[in-house]
Amino acid sequence: MGQQVPLVDYLVLGDQPHLVAKECTACGARFFDRRNACASCGKTDFKTVELGTAGVLRTFTIVAYAAPGVPVPFVAGVVDLDGTSVRANVINVAADADHVRTGMPVRLATYVLGADDDGTEAIGFGFEPVGGD
Amino acid sequence: MASDDIWILGIYMTKFGKHPDVDTVDLAAEAAMSALADAQVSIKDVGVLAAGNLMASSAGIGQQLQKQIGQTGIPVYNVANACATGATALRTAIMAVKAGECDTGLAVGVEKLAGAGLLGGGGQAKSDRKVYEPKGRYGAVASVDGRIGTETMPGVFAQIGMEYGHRYGGASFELFARISEKNHSHSTLNPLAAYSKRLSLEQIMGDVMIAYPNTRPMCSANCDGAAAAVVVSGEKLKTLSPDQKRRAVKVSASVLTTDPWEEACQVLPNVNTLTRNAAQQAYAQAGVGPEDLDLVELHDCFATAELVHYDNLMLCAPGEAVPFFESGAPWRDGKTPVNVSGGLQSKGHPIAATGIANIWEVCHHLRGEAGDRQIPEAKVGLAHVIGLGSACGIHILERSAA
Repeated sequence: MGQQVPLVDYLVLGDQPHLVAKECTACGARFFDRRNACASCGKTDFKTVELGTAGVLRTFTIVAYAAPGVPVPFVAGVVDLDGTSVRANVINVAADADHVRTGMPVRLATYVLGADDDGTEAIGFGFEPVGGD
Repeated sequence: MASDDIWILGIYMTKFGKHPDVDTVDLAAEAAMSALADAQVSIKDVGVLAAGNLMASSAGIGQQLQKQIGQTGIPVYNVANACATGATALRTAIMAVKAGECDTGLAVGVEKLAGAGLLGGGGQAKSDRKVYEPKGRYGAVASVDGRIGTETMPGVFAQIGMEYGHRYGGASFELFARISEKNHSHSTLNPLAAYSKRLSLEQIMGDVMIAYPNTRPMCSANCDGAAAAVVVSGEKLKTLSPDQKRRAVKVSASVLTTDPWEEACQVLPNVNTLTRNAAQQAYAQAGVGPEDLDLVELHDCFATAELVHYDNLMLCAPGEAVPFFESGAPWRDGKTPVNVSGGLQSKGHPIAATGIANIWEVCHHLRGEAGDRQIPEAKVGLAHVIGLGSACGIHILERSAA
């Protein structure tokens, strides 16, 4: 197997792929991007925390029109991972309102989104419904 | 009238729609000159100009406008604040007058947006050789739009409405479509609306889906348009004619907020808290409550957005936006008419003009000049805009006692 890189740096690959967040050591606010300071309290110390992989879909939309080059339709949503909200697509599900509902339990899943000219694969993530569908 | 009160002396909005034969400055000039005429003052009376044109926010629309309508040497503030740009321009002029730097200010918002298509979102430019390299604050090796959620406006606001439905229940595709049905129905009385066609629920639900549950007519209409307002101090108004005093509209509250940090606010924009904060400040400033409002123009950039703002503006009890709509309250003959102009879905949303055009609508009713769509005996109204990112502008307006 060739080399793999995550789509974003807060996706950790390996045997058990998961997301990580930067948590403010002063107030506990969590962020996914590189930080200058905490937007909640202004302090500058952060630690990396691992997030669970199971959560609940809090909201979603089914995007039918997107920017050129973005395949449609797809389900975009926000997943509540034990109190930490994550933006993600809902994957491995039919992209229609009969198969996606708010409050539905979901879990993290990864997939290969492509390879570059060096053969390195980019790994994306989304959340898939838990249980039969 | 107290000397430090602020009054709208003149206000104007152009026809919203397609204006292929004029440019941005032409539209801004029409709005500015007509607002001055409505105020019965001249450009030489104006002590400050605040202007916005979001799509060309570095071009200096204020100075471009001056070169067409009067270069008087006054300070110009070119402002950009997403969809709250117009409200920000107005508030900038108000602050200058309130600070005593001058007694008369002019605010202008203009946009040429007809045919602009889908806003928000976009891929990265492709280089010749494809090598995954982490870029940006998330260390992304490829565009995340469409892979990690959506950045399109219809999709973002769809989630905002669906989240409200998840919290409180009762929100369905049909409910959101019925909100749109109301606004399209209202627009039939507005000759300045970009679209003034009544649409049936079936037509709205059966139209092209953009981002579930928002179909095309449930999205704000991209169009061209401009709006402008002349504001004066209470001290200045005392020196003006009885007719000017009679038509002047009091700015009882002028508020601008941004979103305070909350969990999830950088994941999905939170348009709720900053609106609620702005509303609380505005009601306190004006000394009125939601029950006193005779009409509300709120930022229905998508049908899914209108629902949450019933709650955010406290037009209903917390969590009660669905029953509020079901009661018929926001229809023009209801308890609290909302978007009698037709709203952004049918009147249109030329971005930087919107935050002054909604005030024009309210002023029109308070002056008793709204013609066929006049809300009878309107005394107090509220105008609200949201710029994603986020900024919220709220103005509460009251009819002159004179």
